[in-house]
Amino acid sequence: MSEKVLMKGNEAIAEAAIRAGCRHYFGYPITPQTEVAAYMAKRMPKIGGTFLQAESEIAAINMVYGVSAAGLRVMTSSSSPGISLKQEGISYLAGSDLPALIVNVQRGGPGLGGIQPSQSDYFQATKGGGHGDYHLIVLAPASVQEMADLTVKAFELADRYRMPAMILADGTMGQMMEPVVLPEESGVTVEKPWALTGTKNQRSHNIVNSLYLVPEKLESINLERYKRYEAIMKNEPSCESYLMEDAEICIVAFGIAARVAKNAITAARAKGIRVGLIRPITLWPFPSEAVAEAAKRVKAFISVELSMGQMIEDVRLAQSCQRPVYLCSRTGGMIPSPEDVMESIEKLTGGEL
Amino acid sequence: MSKALEAPKRITIFAGHYGSGKTNIAVNYAERLALLGKRTVIADLDIVNPYFRTKDSLERLQGLGIRVISPEFANSNVDLPALPSSLYGVVELRDSWAVLDVGGDDRGAYALGRFTPYILEENNYEMVYVVNFSRPLTADPEGAVEIMREIESACGMAFTAIANNTNLGRETDVATLRRGMELASQLSRLTGLGIIFTSAEKGLADSVPGEELFGLELQKRYFDIN
Repeated sequence: MSEKVLMKGNEAIAEAAIRAGCRHYFGYPITPQTEVAAYMAKRMPKIGGTFLQAESEIAAINMVYGVSAAGLRVMTSSSSPGISLKQEGISYLAGSDLPALIVNVQRGGPGLGGIQPSQSDYFQATKGGGHGDYHLIVLAPASVQEMADLTVKAFELADRYRMPAMILADGTMGQMMEPVVLPEESGVTVEKPWALTGTKNQRSHNIVNSLYLVPEKLESINLERYKRYEAIMKNEPSCESYLMEDAEICIVAFGIAARVAKNAITAARAKGIRVGLIRPITLWPFPSEAVAEAAKRVKAFISVELSMGQMIEDVRLAQSCQRPVYLCSRTGGMIPSPEDVMESIEKLTGGEL
Repeated sequence: MSKALEAPKRITIFAGHYGSGKTNIAVNYAERLALLGKRTVIADLDIVNPYFRTKDSLERLQGLGIRVISPEFANSNVDLPALPSSLYGVVELRDSWAVLDVGGDDRGAYALGRFTPYILEENNYEMVYVVNFSRPLTADPEGAVEIMREIESACGMAFTAIANNTNLGRETDVATLRRGMELASQLSRLTGLGIIFTSAEKGLADSVPGEELFGLELQKRYFDIN
């Protein structure tokens, strides 16, 4: 279907997942992501899929583990506090090399926090969150169209690299409605020779496991996994560069913050201030090369975030602190306004920062 | 003036699929009633999705002398799925023109059910099905009827009219509107319900020659991409 429809970000994720071949959804309702579950509840029974509202987030992520081990595309979704509950299961998925999609439509935290949009789970998503040496592929949509497109991409990357992938969205992305062209139904079946599909007495049995009591064995498995991570860091970083050709100041922002930043950039350019934007689409792997490249030309960076400043650390690391990085942010469910960003830009050009 | 407002009923209820535009329509409809000099009250019955609320337009509505009834603790720390007791006044006192903004789908419509006996007894109401044919689950008349019936069984009241709010957000054009009008006619034939109005954002509302559309002032906008 190439016709445009009007969808909520949450619905776009759900429909795109179905079109990517996901027939198993396990979740537990929480604002502001509940529409993902609600949409799945309506659609899955009609297409022979499984929608199951689990008794808890912990149960849901372990159901995801089971279906993934059986070789099928599977997902769960939640919002910040619920994603915290899932961390043990996510670590087990990573430790068992299982592909799956986890969607986090973030809300303000810490604790129970609020229901308004936030980006303060950046550390949790990109630096671990669960225990052990592991990474997730983390994708950050900035429109309802990308909520759909990146859902498909997340399933593909997860299968290709045999690891869990996360969509890191926020309350605005989940709730906003925009026109979207839905992806075509995927007819592709991914071969998963490792999956637990029954030996039929034709092959030796497969084992899906994350328990290795012999440390030499666990170390070698971790080293092997990190070789895959290296390949991902080399091949998969993705970002949008906006008006960077002549930029003196580079804003780095993802998701809703990038949309706010674009409005500020328009205002700044009208005043003759040359500002550009790097919008990470993959948060892990972080588009470090693009940031390092920009550092050769720009005087400073501004990290615009809906948190107390988390991605800012990656912006500093990516360019080995060659250029100063300033923070423009709101937290707790508040969104910085284009005027807030403009103020940071003007303070920077006026030498106040 | 829109046909819809030539002979309004005392209570106008807007229900439909979530994301169909019920709150925007309810707010604009209440404003028109108030501008006609009618003593107007608008009530937010949405206890499903606390993200979009009639209360977002509080200043605008109160500026026109419209009474706004919202879930008491809306936008506060105890945003409980509870309805305010003053809602009974709306259905029992019969002293003003009431606009009811119901939550989306059958889940949203359950909250309306407790007022159904009062509304049916007075029998001076319009129960309007708001539909956007650009929404995937109501993309055709059959899908729209399915959700319509679910809502009716949830609240125990049948729809009496259709409001066609087909749009693609900022990408809405005349073709979108025309397509919506065609599908709305089909839905009308299928259900026997009249189309009370077709709505479009102000500015677009005058762009379909020969048609009188209900112009909407929109509540909330997110930052455009470019």
